[in-house]
Amino acid sequence: MDFNTIIQILDSSVRLMTPLLLACLAGLYSERAGVFDIGLEGKMLMAAFSAATVAALTGNVWLGLAAGIAGSLALSLVHGVASITFRGNQLISGVAINFLASGLTVLLGQKIFGLGGRTPNLSGGARFSEIRLPFADQLRDVPVIGPIYADLISGHTILVYVAFLCVPATWWLLYRTRFGLRLRAVGENPASVDTAGVSVTRLRYAAVAICGVLCGLAGAYLATGLSAGFVKEMTAGRGFIALAALIFAKWTPWGALFATFLFGLLEAIANRYPNLEIGPVTIPSMFMNALPYILTVIILAGFVGRAIPPRAGGEPYVKER
Amino acid sequence: MDKMPKWADVVLTPLISLFLAFAISGLVILAIGESPWEALKTMVTGALGSSYGWGFTLYYATNFIFTGLAVAVAYHAAMFNIGGEGQAGLGGLGVAMVCLFIPWPHWSLALIAAMIGSALFGAAWAYIPAILQAKRGSHIVITTIMFNFIAAALLNWALVNWLRPIGSMDPASANFPASTHLPKITDMFAGFGIEWGKHTPANITFFVALLACLAVWLLIWRTRLGYEIRAFGKSESAARYAGISPTRITVIAMLISGGLAGMMAINNVMGEGERLILNNVEGAGFIGIAVALMGRNHPIGVLLAALLFGFLYQGGGELALWTSIPRELIIVIQALVILFTGALDNMVRMPLEAFFLSRRRRGTAERS
Repeated sequence: MDFNTIIQILDSSVRLMTPLLLACLAGLYSERAGVFDIGLEGKMLMAAFSAATVAALTGNVWLGLAAGIAGSLALSLVHGVASITFRGNQLISGVAINFLASGLTVLLGQKIFGLGGRTPNLSGGARFSEIRLPFADQLRDVPVIGPIYADLISGHTILVYVAFLCVPATWWLLYRTRFGLRLRAVGENPASVDTAGVSVTRLRYAAVAICGVLCGLAGAYLATGLSAGFVKEMTAGRGFIALAALIFAKWTPWGALFATFLFGLLEAIANRYPNLEIGPVTIPSMFMNALPYILTVIILAGFVGRAIPPRAGGEPYVKER
Repeated sequence: MDKMPKWADVVLTPLISLFLAFAISGLVILAIGESPWEALKTMVTGALGSSYGWGFTLYYATNFIFTGLAVAVAYHAAMFNIGGEGQAGLGGLGVAMVCLFIPWPHWSLALIAAMIGSALFGAAWAYIPAILQAKRGSHIVITTIMFNFIAAALLNWALVNWLRPIGSMDPASANFPASTHLPKITDMFAGFGIEWGKHTPANITFFVALLACLAVWLLIWRTRLGYEIRAFGKSESAARYAGISPTRITVIAMLISGGLAGMMAINNVMGEGERLILNNVEGAGFIGIAVALMGRNHPIGVLLAALLFGFLYQGGGELALWTSIPRELIIVIQALVILFTGALDNMVRMPLEAFFLSRRRRGTAERS
């Protein structure tokens, strides 16, 4: 394996980790505020569909992005109403949202385009184009740093850079602002937040809405950045991998960066080497695909550093009277 | 005395929730420019209008009874088993091994062995999440989700590298020998000289599913273990105080749940497919969630809900055949049923409760 191959694998890891990272951060906001969200998958799928549809109809990827965020937000609202306002079971609501997205995207896609749930292929202004960072071409010939800068760091779509910027931004918001402190408190001990005179409901809705926006970005990137259009079930379990990454990351932003990079790398390696040969042992691609889930179970089991979720996660808050 | 009558809680709330779910489904059909009335008519004729339709409806319902019971049993122990999909898939592996590797003289022996094999494999797949929840406190919902994906990868590997006959490109096992083929309901009717549902997959497993309903009812409400499961589900601390071991109940409830989900495989793998194929569960594990929620985790409710979903499934197939509505409409209906009966339960219950309370208050006021 030479240097260029490594760069190529890392480059594809970065592309593949981007939707995971955005969805993982989305889940982080929601779960840190005490609202479990296993509907990340459905929100991403809905966002991918709305983004691709509007981009295909208008030819403008930015309108597509807005539509993607709107689609994801709509499902977030459903989740909020069910799990915050009506104090329903957050897990069941998440399951419902996944199915709702899975069915609606095909129904609406078939109605609008008649292509069996696909959208037409996007091209030109209907897709996010790759950004060449300044001096990328001039620096390409510099050994080591050149290829890293020109091929790995440069040449991604805007949403990739947005996703990476979201990591420090999330860290700052959660740990350095009043809003972040309250958000974390509401996931650990909502009664104390309530006693301090801050609305638990409003905070949780805000967290769920941020989650919706980030899932919207993730879905829009899938359909208009990573691929050229929407196909049925295109999220393919990424929402659940993001959920796994969130546990792996122990609900921290920098952990999310590391965990999603690891899972992106695994996917990139599995894509490049369907049957990986290490010495006499051949590792089938199915094993590589299942590895994120296996690793998460091991982490959950607490054998390698324990992952402790926010204490009030999953519990609706009932205000005292 | 600030409760509404029991019949309202058990019957009225789910019915209203269901009505809301179907009303919105109707709106969705209107939104894609089709007539909900025509759609309903197509579905009823296609699924219930002929013995052919019933043959499929009962076949699907059989799958959903098993997965619905699986979710229900876990729910009584206050656990949400989303792993039915993976457990049923592993059950399929168990059935395939029983049918392929042991020569059976008669289908009845093969059926009993397949029941044990599928239940063992399904239970084994539920065991790891259960023990992790009981001993290490890992959340069962997350682990069972992860185990669904791991099961899919494992089955994929087993079919491609192990069970696939030499020379075949298709990731599927060899056909099961004829002596393991289960009698179809068609054959049973033919025994009485009645022609019923030709070429339909409904088979003897349907009766096994009915027995499973009865067994679950006996287990939950008529045995000591069932009492312990319910007590644990209502209050873990009270159960612990009464000398019930949380680890034991968690593991046993999940083993039963996984075993029930696994037993679905005798219907779809042994009864219908007569070989193991990729993705043989086809989402039935998830439909079990909707079925259990709608059936209020009671075997009779599960049976009725499974029949309803069997009807929706077969009707949805007919819709895709005769109208321009894709069969994914069923997934939307399923989602809405889960949403309204499961997550938005309080939206229906709160106004109902207020209604009954105000009526009672008026009643007492008039009497005094």
